[in-house]
Amino acid sequence: MQNKKTFTVALTGLNAVDSPGPGVPVARGIRECEDFNVRIIGLSYESLEPGIYMEGITDKAYQIPYPSAGSESLLTRLEYIHEKEKIDVLIPNFDAELYNFIKLSPKLKEMGIHTFLPTTEQFEARDKINLFSFCKKHNFLVPRDRTIYAASELSAAAAHFNYPLVVKGKYYDATVCQTLEQAQKAFHKLEAKWGLPVIAQEFIHGTEINVAALGDGNGNTISAIPMRKLFITDKGKAWAGVTLEDSKLIKLAKDFIRATNWRGGCELELMVTTDGRPYFMEVNPRFPAWIYLTVGAGQNQPAALVKMALGEKIEPYTSYSVGKTFIRYSWDMIIDIEQFQHFSALGEN
Amino acid sequence: MKLLSNIAVSESGYLFNPTNGDSFSSNPVATDIISLLKQDKSPEEIKQFILSKYDVEKSTVERDLDEFLQELRDNYLMNSNAK
Amino acid sequence: MTSETKAKLRYERPIIRKMNSGLMNKFGTRTEYAPTSHIDNVPVKRLIDDYGSPCFVISERTMRKTYQSAVRAFKTRYPKVQFAWSYKTNYIDAVCNVFHQEGSWAEVVSGFEYEKAIRNGVPGNKIIFNGPDKTVEELKRAIENESLIHIDHFDELYDLIEITETSSKKARVAIRVNMDVGVYPLWDRFGFNYESYQAWQAIVKIMNCEKMELVGLHCHIGTFMLTANAYAVAAAKLCDLAYNIRLKWNTRIQYLDLGGGFASTNTLRGSYLPGVDSSPGFDDYAEAITSTILNFGFKQEELPLLILETGRALIDDAGYLLGTVLANKRLSDGRRATIMDFGVNILFTAFWYEHKISPAQEFTHHSEEMVVFGPLCMNIDKIRESVNLPLLSRGDHVVVHKVGAYNMTQWMQFISMRPNVVMIDAKGEVHKIRDRETIDTLTSQEHMPSHLKTFKL
Repeated sequence: MQNKKTFTVALTGLNAVDSPGPGVPVARGIRECEDFNVRIIGLSYESLEPGIYMEGITDKAYQIPYPSAGSESLLTRLEYIHEKEKIDVLIPNFDAELYNFIKLSPKLKEMGIHTFLPTTEQFEARDKINLFSFCKKHNFLVPRDRTIYAASELSAAAAHFNYPLVVKGKYYDATVCQTLEQAQKAFHKLEAKWGLPVIAQEFIHGTEINVAALGDGNGNTISAIPMRKLFITDKGKAWAGVTLEDSKLIKLAKDFIRATNWRGGCELELMVTTDGRPYFMEVNPRFPAWIYLTVGAGQNQPAALVKMALGEKIEPYTSYSVGKTFIRYSWDMIIDIEQFQHFSALGEN
Repeated sequence: MKLLSNIAVSESGYLFNPTNGDSFSSNPVATDIISLLKQDKSPEEIKQFILSKYDVEKSTVERDLDEFLQELRDNYLMNSNAK
Repeated sequence: MTSETKAKLRYERPIIRKMNSGLMNKFGTRTEYAPTSHIDNVPVKRLIDDYGSPCFVISERTMRKTYQSAVRAFKTRYPKVQFAWSYKTNYIDAVCNVFHQEGSWAEVVSGFEYEKAIRNGVPGNKIIFNGPDKTVEELKRAIENESLIHIDHFDELYDLIEITETSSKKARVAIRVNMDVGVYPLWDRFGFNYESYQAWQAIVKIMNCEKMELVGLHCHIGTFMLTANAYAVAAAKLCDLAYNIRLKWNTRIQYLDLGGGFASTNTLRGSYLPGVDSSPGFDDYAEAITSTILNFGFKQEELPLLILETGRALIDDAGYLLGTVLANKRLSDGRRATIMDFGVNILFTAFWYEHKISPAQEFTHHSEEMVVFGPLCMNIDKIRESVNLPLLSRGDHVVVHKVGAYNMTQWMQFISMRPNVVMIDAKGEVHKIRDRETIDTLTSQEHMPSHLKTFKL
């Protein structure tokens, strides 16, 4: 008992703000695991991400370059951090950064930093642009979509799918549009923010259910927990949610993980129609921001991921508590401006 | 022309304007100029100080100092009308 | 003299920087502007002292290394591969000859480029003549030289039918095929369309003409293609045509020319990830193309020769533009602006790339966001809209990276003259390969009517 090992885990997504990243709940899950001790290194993009300053979340934090600076810059920065911290496991938590981390994972491994990430093929198969053909191939239900390179192509897409039309960015953001003008506006906004292409998608009526799942990379599902949002923010983010019992959805998650040999955490965003057919809306290639609910329901996905990253063989979880509910809240911390200045200027605290 | 009296300057060159909440970092030459301004030194005195401390031509310091003072004014760190 | 002057510190322009103003944080981004003081071990300063500023520099070592890695990517996957240097990408003779020494044929798109290839010593039967603009005279010469004529449109096809009626030699021809490969925009303005059977109609006409030999099929699906898979689609459609020709006429197509369009590692304007991370590599393109052809079902001994005309991806990384800071200023909104001595007149690719710019000398870790302008008295002359660079002072040198493709052919003589181009050979020797233009270069082309020779002011 007393010879528990101590691991150093670095993670991103410390922006526990109104549209939160999963970093803080992932850190909490890992800290609550009784099988090991952990030192948590926060990796942040902004100097005001709350997880940098929160008591008991990160032991130390560093700024890292934005994904758009490229993998070379990221590697240089990680080398610097690793030299000081000796990172054992690194968990990236944002979609937009994953590409670089996946690319770097062999190099990180050489350095002694373990990751547990999907392969580039897995990552690309569930990309918004490829999701339709991926789902078709594996007989999953999926709304029809079109890849749009110019605003002028929107009217054809609308004629095909009818309104409302969902217009989505390459990495993030989606707008439900009722008119061509709205769709064009959404297109320009998304193009400016995330670049081309933009995706136009058929709107499916139903209930949104999300599944947080963890695959071992060999087709086995270690954990899969469905959640229904009980309350959402004006940005459509879950503010409260409850675990569900639905063997059909768990089977769907297992089918997805088997079809892809998914490695790591993922979130299936499903739209279940009134007659019970689940449509794949999106697959996020990382833990969702509500991942702490899986810990609360008895399946500590973040801790299981750390173990698998370190090479441990994990048995799939078999049960979880149904009806466990999370309610997210906000909390005002007090810090001194010097703490912010220091972190902002030096890139570490 | 004076640095606002309540601007907080730390040794590492951070500035904090408590009136509007802006924070700034500065490079060594800028840190020197700001601390001299805090001591109410005139632009001429500042120029002399920079010339004695750094390897630089007078014309360059003159031009850069003028521009830097303007930048401080633009960022509401100096009051512009006082002599 | 005195100890006081000795102890003086290195000066840097004073700056303050607002924290967390929403700009890219600078941690780890230093590689973005790590100084480039040498190119292939030659000091940038020496290059500028010797050849002036601005000045284009080409690394022969990088050219050969890039070419060899491209060839390796294809030859390790497919038995018969031939590259043809795309002249329009960079037709300075020394550049062309590096590729010819490496084994490249020539791919030209005008009579002028054709002439250049001939003068460089490329055998006529190793010149691919592409493009919509070929005069009757040029076509006759190409037939005589047994060059590979890639037909672009029906008017050209009819020209050839007419010319060959009286020529002694058969014309060796291919058609350029355009097709839907699932990417935007569709390049349907060149060649004959696949989906509408236009390509097949052209093939039928050629096969029915005795004086023409259909030796190949060609396509060129676009430029800066970021998905390798589009080439797999293109290769499959060319294979399909070749297969049907074999069925109908029992004629074997000797080569498939997949054209060019491979992306370099430059970053396109407006793209989120840098090009180094998002552009496919030669291996990706090679895998897509060769696996498609190999799996199509040709008999081993009947596998067509695979021709590639990639230009940009072979030369972009080998080119540098050296320049000097002319002036610094602050714009009315407080942003810093840096004016360089090179503009879009010679760095044409600044219109579509976010070119990486490095200082050529050491700097402190302080940096600032700036707009980089060229020297032209024109509003469009903007090199970078927004870039984080160290504090640049007047007279400092900078290096623009990855400028080898298209700049030295699309550059304009506008407002100022085109600069020297030098090549650093594999041993580090510097050779001037193109002289800077002078006022005489231009005025020697001009003629003054006698009544305009004098004036009084």
